[in-house]
Amino acid sequence: MWAKLESFNPGGSVKDRAALWMVLAAEDDGLLDAAGRERSLGSGASQRRVILDATSGNTGVALALVGAVRGHSVELCMPDLVSLERKAMARAFGAHVRLTDPLEGSDGAIVEARRLAAEEPERYAYVDQYANPANVLAHRETTGPEIWEQTEGAVTHVVAGVGTSGTVVGISQALRARGVRIVAAQPDDALHGIDGWKHMASALRPAIWDESVADRHVAVATDAALAMTRRLAREEGVFSGPSGGAAVVAAVDVAREFEGRIVVIVADGGDRYLSTPLWE
Amino acid sequence: MAITVRLPGSLREVTGGQSKLSASGATLAEVFGDIERRHPGFRDRVLDESGAIRTYVNVYIGEEDARTSGGSEARVPEGAEVMVIPAMAGGGRRTSGPRAGS
Repeated sequence: MWAKLESFNPGGSVKDRAALWMVLAAEDDGLLDAAGRERSLGSGASQRRVILDATSGNTGVALALVGAVRGHSVELCMPDLVSLERKAMARAFGAHVRLTDPLEGSDGAIVEARRLAAEEPERYAYVDQYANPANVLAHRETTGPEIWEQTEGAVTHVVAGVGTSGTVVGISQALRARGVRIVAAQPDDALHGIDGWKHMASALRPAIWDESVADRHVAVATDAALAMTRRLAREEGVFSGPSGGAAVVAAVDVAREFEGRIVVIVADGGDRYLSTPLWE
Repeated sequence: MAITVRLPGSLREVTGGQSKLSASGATLAEVFGDIERRHPGFRDRVLDESGAIRTYVNVYIGEEDARTSGGSEARVPEGAEVMVIPAMAGGGRRTSGPRAGS
């Protein structure tokens, strides 16, 4: 089993890919000013749209990073239950963070972003990672081909968690035609602690999600995910966030049944959960 | 005076869609037991087999994190507001009190 450690991306998570591709697509579409970088140094900055999205954390950090580099302002709706590190990182890159009702979770952040975008369409470029085809495209054009190249075509299965579903759908589009089996993992319960993942049966369904892209669906319990996250650090030296541990639980489930080269996506690093009891 | 319990969207399937319930009990475990009688399955979602608050659930009694005041055995004053929220990363702590939402 091979783990693809997305914490090595510049913003520290798999979401860098979607964020970059969504912003570039918005620039291409004219929704964002492609000359934002230059303009931000002059007097015209106030006329530009603000990148807006709902996020459970990592996409917010990634959008904030891309926005900083491309010269765009960024506003993020996050439920007030994401780790302190991710809120602080997004702010460090210059983003404005709106905290939404923790009782409503990531769906509450989505509702708030939709409200803002509808009220002020000229102010915001709502990239909407849950419905943006560029999210899928990022993984079809980068993550999937990288897995193929880095395993020299030996990959037989890819295991990834479902949040927006962009990772699973994009990798599937890139690799399924080459015979790679796709495994999509979700939390086993609506009430869970796996950051960034969605329990699709009870959540707002992302427009880009398509169950048929996966050959197998695996449900992961939060307790098992957290235990595996700690085990990865202590036995493998892999410092992962909870979703990475959850994905490895699903990958182990696959490995019990199939022989082959299994690649599992570890979406972020454990360092952005240091303020939580995960490591206590 | 009854205790008010506010619930996240992810628990409302157990409570018939209700986001706010009235309950009674002197401790958190008793309050959740009272809700369990009316909404079977509720207790196991928030407390584990040993009766402790699940690692991925945070419970606030007023402004206080129940984990710091006795866990499921924490005292719940009459008229208090109890809030149950999912705790990302096995218990991610919020930046502020229960009224800090949008």
